[in-house]
Amino acid sequence: MSTDYQYESKPALIKGDHSFGSITDMIAKTPLSPTPKLWYLAFGLSNVLLIILLGAIGYLVWDGTGIWGLNNPAGWGWAIINFVWWVGIGHAGTLISAILFLFRQGWRTAINRFAEAMTIFAVMCAGIFPAIHVGRIWVIYWVFPIPNQMAAWPNFSSPLLWDVFAVSTYFTVSLLFWYVGLIPDLATLRDKAKSKIAKISYGIAALGWTGSFRNWWHYEKAYMILAGLATPLVLSVHTIVSFDFAVSVIPGWHSTIFPPYFVAGAIYSGFAMVLTLMLIARKIYKLEDIMNIDIMEKMNLVMMVTGNLVAFAYLMEGFIAWYSGYIYEQGIFWLYVVGPYAWGFWILMFCNVITPQFLWFKKIRRNVGLTFVISIIVNIGMWFERFMIAVASLSTDFMPSSWDYFSPTFWDIITYIGTFGLFFTFFLLFLRFLPMVAIAEVKGVMPQADPHNYDEDSKEFDASKTEPVMVQQEQTV
Amino acid sequence: MEADNRQIYGVLAEFRNPKELVDAAESVKNSGYSDFDTYAPFPIHGMEKAMGVKKSPLGWIVLSGALIGMVGALALMVWVMGYEYPMNISGKPFINIPIYVPITFELTVLLAAFAATFGMIGLNKLPRFNNPLFNVERFEKASDDGFFVCIEASDDLFAEEKAEKLFRSNGATHIETVYDSE
Repeated sequence: MSTDYQYESKPALIKGDHSFGSITDMIAKTPLSPTPKLWYLAFGLSNVLLIILLGAIGYLVWDGTGIWGLNNPAGWGWAIINFVWWVGIGHAGTLISAILFLFRQGWRTAINRFAEAMTIFAVMCAGIFPAIHVGRIWVIYWVFPIPNQMAAWPNFSSPLLWDVFAVSTYFTVSLLFWYVGLIPDLATLRDKAKSKIAKISYGIAALGWTGSFRNWWHYEKAYMILAGLATPLVLSVHTIVSFDFAVSVIPGWHSTIFPPYFVAGAIYSGFAMVLTLMLIARKIYKLEDIMNIDIMEKMNLVMMVTGNLVAFAYLMEGFIAWYSGYIYEQGIFWLYVVGPYAWGFWILMFCNVITPQFLWFKKIRRNVGLTFVISIIVNIGMWFERFMIAVASLSTDFMPSSWDYFSPTFWDIITYIGTFGLFFTFFLLFLRFLPMVAIAEVKGVMPQADPHNYDEDSKEFDASKTEPVMVQQEQTV
Repeated sequence: MEADNRQIYGVLAEFRNPKELVDAAESVKNSGYSDFDTYAPFPIHGMEKAMGVKKSPLGWIVLSGALIGMVGALALMVWVMGYEYPMNISGKPFINIPIYVPITFELTVLLAAFAATFGMIGLNKLPRFNNPLFNVERFEKASDDGFFVCIEASDDLFAEEKAEKLFRSNGATHIETVYDSE
């Protein structure tokens, strides 16, 4: 018996009828044309928020961490929640640029530049929080192993110090990876630019790149190695962030499920943030051919998988609390569900357990409006996840006599809102002056880029060659 | 003539598409040239075979970066925690290798990434302030949608007419002699 298999051709990664030249024009046009008015408006708003952030930090340095809502059991509040939330968002960028590269997922080229930029700016926002949380920021250099006047050295066995190394390495490697990816595109902008200032600035940044194959050869190797290095790195960063909690003995924190659960949650929230930004940018900059619905659907699938992993982790926490027979663990889980922060728990359940279930439906995965709404809900949910972990576990610890309810102050809130100013200031500068899609990589995944898709004699592009050769199956009984 | 005072850098030919470029590169290699290069807006699959490019030594540079990071991190932590500034933390041993794993890993990755980035830039002899190819106006297309081959004058077999003939037989759409800047 034989079964008839029908070959279904894969949808093209780039929609519309595009040549290499039209791809260049579509992407390079934005950084090289005059600034739109809407950009000034958005940039102005971001700058206002950024100034608010700087003011909030200034007051914090002046007055100390007492301006925040921290109290005696809850020594970690919004600052740590925001730190974990922003770092988590960054993870999608590295996943898209490194892990999907190693898995040869051509669709990543539509969003990788964009997502990597988001990573870098999100990690910048994240890094601010632990730094200002130390209270005496003028001696922050004590966290680095630098010989100092007291002949003291940092404690290398502390997870908080691991975090310093993890986040700073993550930032540096993401920046290097991003820049390496930018070099050929900066050369494109250098060659396309008309104004002298633009030509010189892009020219310096492009380092004299010519597109020589002998250069591409080392370049591709470097890119692959960087992807290989960034892959374990991205998994390690949120693992180490989770150690900040898991290595302590607080019930609700002391758990081996934290590393994988944090990583899954990070990718979940990161993809949501990339979607939020992408759905706006593709509309404004008319990049619907590149950042198309197929790519949105694939990202929704990643969100569905990681969202369900996170939901499974919640179930597992409850199960382990019961199965461990450890009353404090059981107590804290019960307190999540019905305790003083139960409202947070149920928001979390709605956002992170119920919402991803909508993504089982293809219609919803391919609907731009609904995806946008879901991406926002996911980001809210992931913020509440960190809120429950950081605040709910701390403020109701072993002894009810030491419990205290945590509420944020005005300064907590505006510092958090202010980080959006920092994020969007940089993100808008990126959208304005750099190619927001990796031009060379998009060209590289077009069927016209592969010499095998050309006719041997006429040397013309032959679309039929992009399909695999059909082999007639022999009838076997 | 003005051109006589200038040094010839090479002969540049433009081709229509990646397929023609690969075929042209192969025939240039088979004609015995070694100082030549192809230029395209993206890396072309199979070009390394057509041009006979050797394996990139970048992996070794990265490996040495990674080893320096790993050994350096371990040495720093063992020295600080064991000898320079021992701290008794809940009675744990001073030299406690498992606890050094996260920072060792991070510094290994960090130095390897620096080696990969700067190794690549170094192997490509970048940054470069000028390149004779930039004197050619149409070479701007190399970062957009142009596909070029250049046989360089430094090659022992180089002769302007011979190179032009070879390119023409491969169907070049445009051939131009490149001069060094004065």
